[in-house]
This record gives sequence, C-alpha cells and structure tokens, in this order.
Amino acid sequence: MADVVDIVHETSRVRTILLDVPDWPGHHAGQHVDVRLTAEDGYQAQRSYSIASAPEDERVAITVEELADGEVSPYLVGELRVGDGLELRGPVGGWFVWDVSDGGPLLLVGGGSGVVPLRAMVRHRVAAASDVPVRLLVSSRTLDDAIYRAELDGLAARGDGLEVVHTLSREQPAGWTGRTGRIDRELLAEVAWPGTENPLAFVCGPTGLVEAVASGLVDLGYGAGRVKTERFGPTG
Amino acid sequence: MTYVDGNAIAGLLREVFDEELTAAVSTCGTCGEVAVVAELRVYLRCPGAVVRCPRCGAVLVRIAEIRGLHVVDLGGLRDLARA
Repeated sequence: MADVVDIVHETSRVRTILLDVPDWPGHHAGQHVDVRLTAEDGYQAQRSYSIASAPEDERVAITVEELADGEVSPYLVGELRVGDGLELRGPVGGWFVWDVSDGGPLLLVGGGSGVVPLRAMVRHRVAAASDVPVRLLVSSRTLDDAIYRAELDGLAARGDGLEVVHTLSREQPAGWTGRTGRIDRELLAEVAWPGTENPLAFVCGPTGLVEAVASGLVDLGYGAGRVKTERFGPTG
Repeated sequence: MTYVDGNAIAGLLREVFDEELTAAVSTCGTCGEVAVVAELRVYLRCPGAVVRCPRCGAVLVRIAEIRGLHVVDLGGLRDLARA
C-alpha cells in the first residue's frame, strides 16, 4: 500500500500523484505501475499508469488524466486526497524503458498523456547528468492541455542538449508561434533526428498517433528495433 | 474495436507467469511473425485480455480471470522466448 504524499494540479483534468511506497525496489524510466481500487462491495478495477518520476526522484509519481467514462481515473483525479492509501503493484514493463547507458540520440514523441513516461526519461537524463542529445515532440489539444509544459520548457532553456517542441492540434492561443496540427510526416521530418544518426525513439500516445508516428519514423530510416512504442486506449 | 499493445498487460503477465515478459519474443503460430510481446495487439474491452498478432491478426493469447483463477490460453503461439 502506497501513501499519497502530494497531489499536483497539472491541467484541469490531469493530476500528478506523489507517493511514498514502502520497499520500492527502484524502477527504470518508462515503466508502469498497476493501480487497483476496491469498492466496499468487493468490486475491483485495475489500471496501468506510467511512472512519471525519474528513478533518482525521492518520490514515486504517477500522472493521471481523467477520462469521462472511466472507472478509475475519475476517482484518482477527483476524489483522492493527500494521506489516502493506494494499492499498487510494480514497477512492471521491461521493453519501453530507457537508461542513460542506452544512449541516443534520443527522439521522444508523446501524444496527450503519452508524455508521462517520456517525462520520466527526461528527468532521468537530468538527474544522471547525461549529455545524450534529446528531442521531445509533444502533441496536445490546446496549450492548457500540455502536461508538464513549464517544467519541460524550463529544462530545455538550460541549453544542455534537450530540445522540446510542442504542437497544438485543436486550438491555439492568440499569438502562438509554435507548431499546429497533428504530428504528420512533414513535422516528423523536420523535428526528428535523421535516420543516419542511428537514433533511438520512444513513442507513446493513443493508438492512432503511435501507428502514424512509428511508420513515419521507419520511412525516415529509423531501424524498426530502434522505435519503441506504447499505445493506450480510452479505458480509464 | 480499438487495441492497445503488450505494454498494457505487463502487470497481468507478471501476475500469471511471475516474470517480466513484455520484452520476450513471440512467434505467431499462424503466420510466423516474430515480435516482442510489447508490440503485440491487445484488446482489453472483452472478458479478460485477448492478444493478437500485429501482422495477421490471429489470436495468440487469451487470459481471463474466472472466479479468482487465471485461465490462460497460449494456443496461438508457436514460441515465446525470454529476452
């Protein structure tokens, strides 16, 4: 049983839940935990959430987006309070993981809350003082939906090899000079490392985005084994 | 129906097999496609989880929890090898 020690309001529908987990064995950036809720009548529902914190961070964190018809996410976003307990198992997953020793150059592509495991990778790179070049491309519906935007832009501003590119697919604020629209081949060709540099890519988001980006990267000359993907669906 | 991928059942596989299997390599018994478990298509909105081949769509694995027991059908796999 983990204890909720803090809750961070990321966007109107997204919270980061910081946890104190007794006997946490450590994790790799990109892994998840399974969260299980049990109702008073014994009914159980379980969901998998990416770990948002770096292995080096003091607290284990998950970031949860509330999905309207979800069974678990409305509770985690709307009801959970500091001091509550949370049943979780993990860390799990051994494929969609990155350690600084895996090197790069690294391309990270996230759609919506698909940025969560990528944020763990970015924080891991910072904590490990790695100089692996990283480009992070994040697609959000609106600027207000861009999770961790201040943190990621702040890290990019240090100018130590992390570049962050946002694209807003649905609505842009007045004066927005960044990218607009979904991640298409044109944007990928512009932002992604050339395939000749033998980059390593991690792509996480809704299934449609992941399929489009993964095939776009293979077309750009990325080795199929160098593009790691994680798809999530509408079950929350 | 929309699918996710093998990453989504990392915890379920750990529970059933007591080891990390998303990086394991599967071979489809129907078309012979070789793929890591993380890249397989997973359908969760059914009773239990159904895992299909990303190339030919054949059912590779079914896992359901019935009265507290995991019922596992691996019949669609030709091979499953640890990473």
